[in-house]
Amino acid sequence: MEKKEFHIIAETGIHARPATMLVQTASKFSSDINIDFNGKSVNLKSIMGVMSLGVGQGSDVTISADGDDAADAVAAIAETMTKEGLAE
Amino acid sequence: MVKTIKGIAASDGIATAEAYLLVQPDLSFDKKSISDADAEISRLQDAISTSDDELTKIRDTAKESLGEEEAQVFDAHKMILADPEFTGAVEQQIKDQSVNAEQALNDVSNNFISIFEGMTDNAYMQERAADVRDVTKRVMAHLLGVALPNPALIDHEVIIVAHDLTPSDTAQLNKKYVKGFVTDIGGRTAHSAIMARSLELPAVVGTDTITKDAKEGQTIILDGLNGAAILDPSDEDIKHYQKLAKDFADQKAEWEKLKNEATVTADGKHFDIAANIGTPDDLQGVIDNGAEGIGLYRTEFLYMQSEELPSEDDQFEAYKKVVEGMNGKPVVVRTMDIGGDKHLPYLPLPDEMNPFLGYRAIRISLDRQEIFRTQLRALLRASAFGKLRIMFPMIGTVQEFRDAKKVFEEEKAKLVEKGVKVSDEIQLGMMMEVPAAAILADQFAKEVDFFSIGTNDLIQYTMAADRGNEHVSYLYQPYNPSILRLVKHVIESAHKEGKWAGMCGEAAGDNIMVPLLLGMGLDEYSMSATSVLRVRSLMKKLSTADLKELAERAVTESVTNEDNKKLVESYINK
Repeated sequence: MEKKEFHIIAETGIHARPATMLVQTASKFSSDINIDFNGKSVNLKSIMGVMSLGVGQGSDVTISADGDDAADAVAAIAETMTKEGLAE
Repeated sequence: MVKTIKGIAASDGIATAEAYLLVQPDLSFDKKSISDADAEISRLQDAISTSDDELTKIRDTAKESLGEEEAQVFDAHKMILADPEFTGAVEQQIKDQSVNAEQALNDVSNNFISIFEGMTDNAYMQERAADVRDVTKRVMAHLLGVALPNPALIDHEVIIVAHDLTPSDTAQLNKKYVKGFVTDIGGRTAHSAIMARSLELPAVVGTDTITKDAKEGQTIILDGLNGAAILDPSDEDIKHYQKLAKDFADQKAEWEKLKNEATVTADGKHFDIAANIGTPDDLQGVIDNGAEGIGLYRTEFLYMQSEELPSEDDQFEAYKKVVEGMNGKPVVVRTMDIGGDKHLPYLPLPDEMNPFLGYRAIRISLDRQEIFRTQLRALLRASAFGKLRIMFPMIGTVQEFRDAKKVFEEEKAKLVEKGVKVSDEIQLGMMMEVPAAAILADQFAKEVDFFSIGTNDLIQYTMAADRGNEHVSYLYQPYNPSILRLVKHVIESAHKEGKWAGMCGEAAGDNIMVPLLLGMGLDEYSMSATSVLRVRSLMKKLSTADLKELAERAVTESVTNEDNKKLVESYINK
């Protein structure tokens, strides 16, 4: 199990394009990947799940991945977070 | 059998083509218990995969004919279809409750819709509920075996028949094949009507019943000049309308000759006719119609077409394109006019009882200054590339104008200090649309460089009648002496201080209004680009000396809107 925490800096939080990019990145991996926020955990491969979390600016989220490519998955997600200006 | 349906003429022109019904089919179903869950799930999967194929096709067509941005919404729909939390939940529901796929889909979808709609502090998420609805509709239609209209896939000439057309509906239409549209509801100022005029497509709105009267594939003549749709026309009708269409085309050709001429009245007075635009894409229409400037650049479209606040650079590029493209002719840019009926998914605004009287336009800009300052910086940078003028919307008090001007001066000073090139001749003006400001125009005139009268809002606020509410649409009275007195006061106040006054509402291109405005000495007339040549042609025939007296009578002798209509009509017929 790989885990990493992110502090969300994007003014509009995780929605729209950034959410789509995260889901697309996660979907490339076979591992089970979840995003935890505010006591809730949802599948990061689910756009509806991610958006229904309503992650706003200044939130802390945890990404966890379980499976063969877990480490690569978390690294790729971290890269997407930076590229989309979601987290530093 | 020939049938004529009357409506409101919303956009000039005549077209004949097949009807294309953009209406939602009946998607009702019965809840059923099922015994073979696997078979039901496989039926669901078939419907999902057909929907997905269809969306791929729609997306590709939309991308080709409408552009990447309009196509993206279909990508979002495809992602929902591929979402394990969504389709997985539907399958689970079928298994757990032994219900048919329609019922399971409906339950799961409603569940997500209510989650998204419940996020009342987040307008973006509330809008995602609409995406879930759209996708659900598509899968449901395939489950039930009924056809959904797919406007993006239209591949032959049609006239769109719809209850109403939303901006996103219009965005999905392939302009190559759509020859016009006719709707049940709406008025001349509805979004669909404005869109039709900018696309130069004939349109008739407010027919009440067209979606019930017209049938798919039926031949329709659309008369956007008189506001009528003729279903199953006879050969005679077709001949008659061919002649009307030809006359209209001839008249347009006649106007076309005025394209490179200045706007001069019969007694040799010069006035400026400018055009209203929403995006840099509209620039071509402005140039093609020979406008003498842009009198209203509605920048809110820049914000509405984006998924987040547009950056300073993105805005700069858009403004520069317009200012540069006008080649030294003036461009009046109105700062962000959000609120009222215009919302941004990423900028949640408070729910209000009276949004048109609430937090909108300059009121937001002065409150959320970081947004305002970004826009002003982009404008200042663009000012180096042409003749830029800036105006603030919804100014009600002199203090608001002073505050806005101060922010402008601060941003200008900062840019100049950094060595950024900005023009020193940017005129700063305001929209005249709040009655309080119009009444106090003499004081405002000392502080502004110009006024631009926004008639739609000025009428709505003066008459206390919501411009979108059909029950009170009779109060939209541009010729009412009360409105004309305000307009006259605004123009005279400007002139007294050596400033200019323009008008950028629908009325500036109106055949009745133009003679009155000329009589009052209005300097600049800004309208849909497609109206420019018609109004130039009209002005050529008019003499300001006579009109002064006409305008005076309109505000002193006339009592009603109708009085003034008759007054001008009888003058013109003479």
